[in-house]
Amino acid sequence: MIIATLALITLAAAPWWAGRADLRLMGEIFLYLSLACLWNLMAGYAGLVSVGQQAFVGFGGYMLFALTIFGGLHPIPAILIGGLLAAALSVPVAVLIFRLRGAYFAIGTWVVAEVFRLSFAQVSSLGGGSGSSLPVDVVRSLADSRSGREALAYWLALGAAVIVIAAIYAFLRTRRGLALTAIRDSEVAASGLGIDIWRTKLEVYVVTSAFTAIIGGLIFLQKLRISPDAAFSVNDWTAFVIFIVVIGGIGTLEGPILGTLLFFALRETLADFGTVYLIALGVVAIVVMLKAPKGVWGLIRDRFDLELFPLSYRVRVRDTEK
Amino acid sequence: MIEWTNAVVQGVLLGGLYALFAAGLSLIFGVMRLVNIAHGDLIVLAAYFGLTTTVMLGIHPFVALLIVMPLMAGFGYVLQRGLLNRTLGDDILPPLLVTFGLSVIIQNVLLEAYTADPQKLSGGAIETASVQLGGLALGVLPLLTFGIAVAVIAFLQWLFYATSLGRGFRAVSDNQQIAQLMGFNKAHIFGLAMALALAVTAIAGILLGMRTSFDPSVGGGRLIFGFEAVIIGGLGNLWGTLAGGVILGVAQTIGAKIDPGWQLLAGHVAFLVVLAFRSNGLFPRINH
Repeated sequence: MIIATLALITLAAAPWWAGRADLRLMGEIFLYLSLACLWNLMAGYAGLVSVGQQAFVGFGGYMLFALTIFGGLHPIPAILIGGLLAAALSVPVAVLIFRLRGAYFAIGTWVVAEVFRLSFAQVSSLGGGSGSSLPVDVVRSLADSRSGREALAYWLALGAAVIVIAAIYAFLRTRRGLALTAIRDSEVAASGLGIDIWRTKLEVYVVTSAFTAIIGGLIFLQKLRISPDAAFSVNDWTAFVIFIVVIGGIGTLEGPILGTLLFFALRETLADFGTVYLIALGVVAIVVMLKAPKGVWGLIRDRFDLELFPLSYRVRVRDTEK
Repeated sequence: MIEWTNAVVQGVLLGGLYALFAAGLSLIFGVMRLVNIAHGDLIVLAAYFGLTTTVMLGIHPFVALLIVMPLMAGFGYVLQRGLLNRTLGDDILPPLLVTFGLSVIIQNVLLEAYTADPQKLSGGAIETASVQLGGLALGVLPLLTFGIAVAVIAFLQWLFYATSLGRGFRAVSDNQQIAQLMGFNKAHIFGLAMALALAVTAIAGILLGMRTSFDPSVGGGRLIFGFEAVIIGGLGNLWGTLAGGVILGVAQTIGAKIDPGWQLLAGHVAFLVVLAFRSNGLFPRINH
């Protein structure tokens, strides 16, 4: 706990000790970490394996642009409202695609993301297919100096990651979180215990969609430019996130954190090799899925019986008869 | 009026290609309940194999099928037995994530080998040839594509319900354990199913490559079209898949007729409408 607090303070002070490029990279790491934790909650716990979360990343990004440009809002409330709109939108989407079972659900989410992409490409006031940039006065409204804006973008990313992880942790410790964990372990048994599976999944889907849209808004606040292909990219917002979670360890809270660190370590060392790095990433993910389906964190946990976020329940046998 | 008739007829013919995208997907789902996210990329892989064979040997893409089909079928068998069989079980996550990883690998291997430049298979005179029919000009290639789709589906239907191999497919599909007890080798049958699916994929890839230009990134879109055709038609029904492909194709050409930007969107909307009102598809599986 003390170590965690110290680490957080150090990270929060990063704008004073880190260079610009490092600050940007760290901001990106926190945003990916948030996306990974959210996807993990949905796929690892609720069994909703989506390959279409880019729908909400892009939606959040576009809402930031639309609400600041046409609504005249400050970027931060615009991002939060984008999250609420995403939550509202995700309900009818869920009602439709929850009809698809298992793996077909996955491709269904992708179709939805394509519908989002094609729809936003039709909106000519947001630049249509070629996209648009965030106007200078909107950018200025964040902070006057460039370094001030970069620090703010970084803090927002860090804050988002902390909130997402804390919220998921707190949620998993509640009654409903326990129900979700039961669904993760066995859907049949969970429904036998009276858990409304459809409803629980819907709640998880709506909440993750809203948070994903907020993260999307933050991503494009950092980028300052949006286009349909970048906003709804299946590689950037889904493939990488899935690899992070699978390599780190799906269905655990620690997995995505470890996975994000491993992913960026791999990316920073292999980025010069271009496509080879993506091939390597795919191979690593397949090998992990086959050989260690609980990911790297699963290996560590089995070996050292370690848990960073106490979430499991254990049976303790006490010696009373002596 | 004639323009709209034309749009519908072109859509029907386009649907043949989508049915070919979908047939392989439908087949492997039917036999082993596997949804292959890399299916679209395998179609594109077949198109690139076709490109290499036609360029190196100087042969027509249809002749190249004689090489590409066995190649893809062999690749399918090895892929299934070497990798995908290990992912099958009650948990849907491993097959999904492994085929997703495979999709990324294939895309980037193609990117490395052939660059991102769009390519096309040249089919010669057949590409531009057309026949006149009641005021409509029908391209010979789309007609041929549709004919091939019907033939492939008729063949798969026959294979499934009239041969001993098909009996094996149906047996493992119904109950894997009991089929094993009856002396079927599950791993081998799954390998054969994937080989067959990728042989169909080879046909789809070659026809795709002759119809439009392609690059390593287009696989995801082909997967989605095939998937939509399967769901619109109803799971487990091959003729339904053909009908699903046709409905998707017609929706797209009519959408494009209204506004060129709406082509793909109209197809997706048709899919979502079917999902909303008939979530089992229009022609769900007929039990024999």
